Amino acid sequence: MADGAMKSPLVQVRGLKMHFPIHAGLLRRKVGAVKAVDGVSFDIFEGETLGLVGESGCGKSTVGRALLRLYELTEGSVVIDGEDIATLAPDALRKKRPTMQMVFQDPQASLNPRMTVAAIIGEPLDEHTGWDAAKKTARVYELMDQVGLNRRFANRYPHEFSGGQRQRIGIARALALNPKFIVCDEPIAALDVSIQAQVVNLLEDLQDRLGLTYLFISHDLSMVRHIADRVAVMYLGQIAELSPREALYARPLHPYAEALLSAVPEPDPTMESRRQRIILKGDVPSPANPPKGCNFCTRCPKVMAVCREVEPRLAEVEPGRFVACHLFDNNAGGQASPGAEVREHNQQGEQR
Amino acid sequence: MTDTTIQTDKPRGPWGDVWAQFRKHKGAMAALVMLGTLAVFCLIGPLVWRIDPNFIETDTVKMFKMRNQGPSFAHPLGTDQLGRDMLARMMFGGRISLAVGTVAMLVAIFIGTTVGVLAGYFRRIDGLLMRLTDLFLALPLLPLLLVMMFLFRDTVAGILGPRLGTFLLIVMAIGLTSWMHAARIVRGEVLALKEREFVLAARSIGTPSRRIIIRHILPNVLSPVLVAATLGIAAAIITESVLSFLGLGFPPDFPTWGRLLYDGIAEIRTYPERVIWPGIAISLTVLSVNYIGDGLRDALDPRIRGR
Repeated sequence: MADGAMKSPLVQVRGLKMHFPIHAGLLRRKVGAVKAVDGVSFDIFEGETLGLVGESGCGKSTVGRALLRLYELTEGSVVIDGEDIATLAPDALRKKRPTMQMVFQDPQASLNPRMTVAAIIGEPLDEHTGWDAAKKTARVYELMDQVGLNRRFANRYPHEFSGGQRQRIGIARALALNPKFIVCDEPIAALDVSIQAQVVNLLEDLQDRLGLTYLFISHDLSMVRHIADRVAVMYLGQIAELSPREALYARPLHPYAEALLSAVPEPDPTMESRRQRIILKGDVPSPANPPKGCNFCTRCPKVMAVCREVEPRLAEVEPGRFVACHLFDNNAGGQASPGAEVREHNQQGEQR
Repeated sequence: MTDTTIQTDKPRGPWGDVWAQFRKHKGAMAALVMLGTLAVFCLIGPLVWRIDPNFIETDTVKMFKMRNQGPSFAHPLGTDQLGRDMLARMMFGGRISLAVGTVAMLVAIFIGTTVGVLAGYFRRIDGLLMRLTDLFLALPLLPLLLVMMFLFRDTVAGILGPRLGTFLLIVMAIGLTSWMHAARIVRGEVLALKEREFVLAARSIGTPSRRIIIRHILPNVLSPVLVAATLGIAAAIITESVLSFLGLGFPPDFPTWGRLLYDGIAEIRTYPERVIWPGIAISLTVLSVNYIGDGLRDALDPRIRGR
């Protein structure tokens, strides 16, 4: 795959914040906000795949949806192909939609059960082109060929397909308007393993042929390693580390990334037996009430005093590698004291 | 791909499939035939059976002889307490009852679906519309209907003529007071539907709200709407008869099925058939409409279709 660093950024995200208000009480007054995404900045270069990983509830999907302005952003800017979509007027936004599309997580839920495959794939064409029926049909068939669906299925309904085929329908719909940028929101999470490989290969294949740019959201670290050029690790609404794939998987810098990647099983049994699993203590703090200082300070095995006071900023610590951690502050005096106890505060109410 | 395969696979409209599936539903087909028969009975019948439903013998002696007759060739369903032919009255009554039932149901479903969809889809007006629905639900309907009829009947009748005026007023009154259940059901469904990913997908495509509603929301709330509609027809026919019974519907000499039913009730012990005939007609209508709705719901759901 092409080296992303050589090209210009297609997507520039700056200080993206997505807060969902919490209303409570008799008058439904706003009492706080769930800070699902709290100040995220990154670039995606043309033709590259940026993997976005993190545990459930860390805000991955919210980032993906906010990027397409399916939510109204609380703060920040998202510049896609030269236009800040966070502030576009509704009409301009609608014209901009063909540039950016989305593949959804649950292929069953993302297809209207009452529409035929042809109607589903053709919906973007109905909305954005003034083509006649014959031209639309031709384009629908072309798309079905591209994603490996038999043309004979055009009149069928989503429930008649397997999960993998449904996801292909979803991909064909996303491709219909020749987008430049596609957000893949856990496109393989709902599929079984043999189908996952097919769908990921299809996505890679389409990227090579059509020059697409992906934001690939997933919690499957091995699959992200396979498809992504660079990987961003998210924790509690913020990016902990953003690094090129190989460097990250070989030597994660942020303690959270390290812990997360230590959970990936090793195919080689001898390596696997030597694998050191870092088990984090405690739960993720509530995004409605994140801890002071570093978001990860409640669970970090290398926590320092400064972590509880000062919020670390995402900074380039090695060429191409961005980490938000005080361990890599230039003036930070080496490693944290290993005996630092892991205090648990700001826990989420319910324990699983 | 060869040309022939492309030709055979041209995307076709869904209505052919719907009809094919509908025909498989035996109950629905039987009901369709039954409703068709009832409609023919009411619409074409009076052209064949040419007795005036309001004809009363002017000669008092003859009139008394004509009263309360049992079935005969001259009067297959007998005559009523004034010697009027029951068959002719059933035919004319059916016209009114079927028309009132259908139109009032359409009015109620239209209002109910509109309110439900708007309330469910647009959060901003949800509270307002639902409180309005609660308001209507809390109103005592029969007194309200009576007051509406009492206040407006003469005005409307003066503008549109007594028949059409009364018809429109009754239909609107029944429609305006029976849309609430449909609205609540539809709102609930829409609330669930709009969080589904295919609606999000449509938004990411850039589909405007009105087309999301028409293309994605409405087809998926069809089942509860059809159920509400079939029940609505029955309720409308009955409500109309209640109004007629209370003397605020159609003029007393004007036959409707509900009216015939109430006229017959006074003498149900002596002449039960006078209650039975309109009762059977109303029941058959309601039953067929229910079955048709059932078949339609199955036929319109692609997941059931083809099984």
